[in-house]
Amino acid sequence: METLDQFRTETRAWLAENCPPEMREPVRSDADVCWGGRNYDPATNPAQAQWLKVMGECGWTVPDWPKAYGGGGLSPAETKALREEMAAIRARSPLNSFGISMLGPALLKYGTEEQKLDHLPKIARGEIRWCQGYSEPNAGSDLASLAASAEDAGDDYVVNGQKVWTSYADKADWIFCLVRTSKESKQGGISFVLFDMASEGVSTKPILLISGYSPFCETFMDDVKVPKKNRVHDENKGWDVAKYLLGHEREMISGMGLGGTGGNPLIEGAIATIGLDHDGRLADPLLRAQIALFEVRAKAFTAQSERFIDELKAGKAHPAQPSMMKYFGTELNKARHELVMAAGGSDALEWESDASNGGAAPRAWLRTKANSIEGGTSEVQLNIIAKRILELPGA
Amino acid sequence: MPLYLNDEQQMLRDTARDYVSEHAPVAHLRKLRDDDDPTGFSRDLWKQFAEMGFTGILIGEDQGGLGLGHVEAGVVLEEIGRNLSPSPFLTTAVAAVAALKGSAQANRWFPGIVAGNTVAALAIDEGAKHRSAVGLKAERAGNGFKLTGSKQFVTHGHVADLLIVAARTAGSADDAEGVTLFAVEKGAAGLDITPERLADSSLAARVSFDGVAVDADAVIGEVDAGRDPLGRLLRAGRSGASAELLGVGGGAMDLTVNYLKERKQFGQLIGSFQALQHRAAHLYSEMEVARAAVLKAQQLLDTGSDQADAAVSVAKAMTSLATTLSVQEGIQMHGGIGMTDEYDIGFYMKRGRVLAEMFGDANFHADALAKAAGY
Repeated sequence: METLDQFRTETRAWLAENCPPEMREPVRSDADVCWGGRNYDPATNPAQAQWLKVMGECGWTVPDWPKAYGGGGLSPAETKALREEMAAIRARSPLNSFGISMLGPALLKYGTEEQKLDHLPKIARGEIRWCQGYSEPNAGSDLASLAASAEDAGDDYVVNGQKVWTSYADKADWIFCLVRTSKESKQGGISFVLFDMASEGVSTKPILLISGYSPFCETFMDDVKVPKKNRVHDENKGWDVAKYLLGHEREMISGMGLGGTGGNPLIEGAIATIGLDHDGRLADPLLRAQIALFEVRAKAFTAQSERFIDELKAGKAHPAQPSMMKYFGTELNKARHELVMAAGGSDALEWESDASNGGAAPRAWLRTKANSIEGGTSEVQLNIIAKRILELPGA
Repeated sequence: MPLYLNDEQQMLRDTARDYVSEHAPVAHLRKLRDDDDPTGFSRDLWKQFAEMGFTGILIGEDQGGLGLGHVEAGVVLEEIGRNLSPSPFLTTAVAAVAALKGSAQANRWFPGIVAGNTVAALAIDEGAKHRSAVGLKAERAGNGFKLTGSKQFVTHGHVADLLIVAARTAGSADDAEGVTLFAVEKGAAGLDITPERLADSSLAARVSFDGVAVDADAVIGEVDAGRDPLGRLLRAGRSGASAELLGVGGGAMDLTVNYLKERKQFGQLIGSFQALQHRAAHLYSEMEVARAAVLKAQQLLDTGSDQADAAVSVAKAMTSLATTLSVQEGIQMHGGIGMTDEYDIGFYMKRGRVLAEMFGDANFHADALAKAAGY
């Protein structure tokens, strides 16, 4: 315990010295988020680049990964202490990455030593940006019916087909992708492969969303050569990797329910537009009641997130618990943004103005509507909870 | 500290679960109700709780207790909730002990509580809804005080050896300062206690104080500084009620999920219908989140954190909401038999309603959190 206290003290001092002040400001839009990658330009935001560099150097972008793979080698208790100390100074996450939240855990469990050494350190330092090739036009909630094929061509596979809803495919360097290596079995004919998005035959096309942004793409694969050594886990065993990774994806998406660090934009926004009455209460009593009851659920979910992570690290979490987290967290986030819009009134309708930061509020509100669809719909999560946790019968 | 029960706390839970389900299952409550029992709980059971060490769970080892914390008290309360076991545990061993702890009164009352002889009741509420205002007057008279006013929702008040009374010694009802907490013994002249049977068949009293004379040493803590011990009482009571609610909601959910696995309609188990699966899975999610809120509040109380107050309000509000959902879904998914007195699910609904109201409902605590957050 004494060593943990010592670690905490040293970490606090290190963060005080090394976390740039700009990186303690709340994240206002996606432009404030660091995704790294080959096309990352450190000159755009020097403080952000510095923060990524110093955190990457001590492996604290991925504090609980082994040092050999670019991680910090911290214990669960030390990792928790680091996160708490970062939260205390409202430090931003130095790096947002599907490599960290999704591929990394899957490689740590299923990758070969060579694959781990090849890919994990670059993920930790933010050098390679990854995207996820899962959904297809005819394989959404029924993901295992996917059809993109990988034909055996000696040392390589030749991949053909189309993926959809590939987040940031047009900005990513590499993709982790589910492909069909056998038609004999639905789930047992899927393999998990990695390839460079610069490979010949790969093309992407952004999809314009209701938010006016294009965070998702269609990804086309036309005779793309993928070395077999880039397959993770055995041929036709990709579904195991996919499911394991989906658990981590659901954890990540559930984190959106937490509402980020630094202040409470919902409450601050409501006070700014509506004002307080002479007793110091929000002057719209019905909206105040809605926000207050929402905040109870949001704070309770913050506790649940802490509990879930603690249980996960200790091996005490039910394997299907990420489905509950994903369901609750995403429904909560949608509810939060409905309240942000109600609190903002017509200010929150402005789509382009400088005052609205280019319509940040309405675009974020619309973006949240995908939360309960991506990574498995709320209804799919409820099915999983019913069958695997409550052990209800049938279908 | 990780947010799950440690090994010792899990052992205590296993012990409490076995003990309470064997000695005070729902059938025990049903029998007390059918007998129209005038006490409202079993004194034998209260003595047995003492033998198990439960009654002294929050009392220091130097005073004959177990010296444990709110997490452990909550572990026992959850099992009491799951079995709907009537007992003075929450008012006496949790709320009253928290108020008396560290005061000159502790030595007077703790031995009886540890031994399972003493029952304490809380005379806090003055209206039908829990509020922070205190209006009952305590005026200086001779060497002590005279108490005048009335209280309600005083659970076990009619059989209590000790009444913890919030009274006003200065200022007016809504003032934060000027409150004093008193320990009033049963049988005091001018005390009129009328027990009322509540929906869950528990007994809570309306108590009137007609110039009830108490000595100066009946004051818990300091005169006019009663918000300190009252705050301890309310935090402990609210966190304890949250834990009990978790047991009530969890017990109702277990009954319901089990029923979904037994009942057949249209030639199949009704638990195979997606419409019911989704309701049950949603309920499970709400209860899990409520569980985390309760444990967080208990841990913060035990470490003396300045964030405990807010966490306790979150826990009380969230468990009130989640358990209210659980008992409603319970009756709906049981269908017609859920409406019958013969089935236990209705008992869960009644107990859940009483606990949701006790020490402030979800709206009270959501409002308190909003005020604390500056809106």
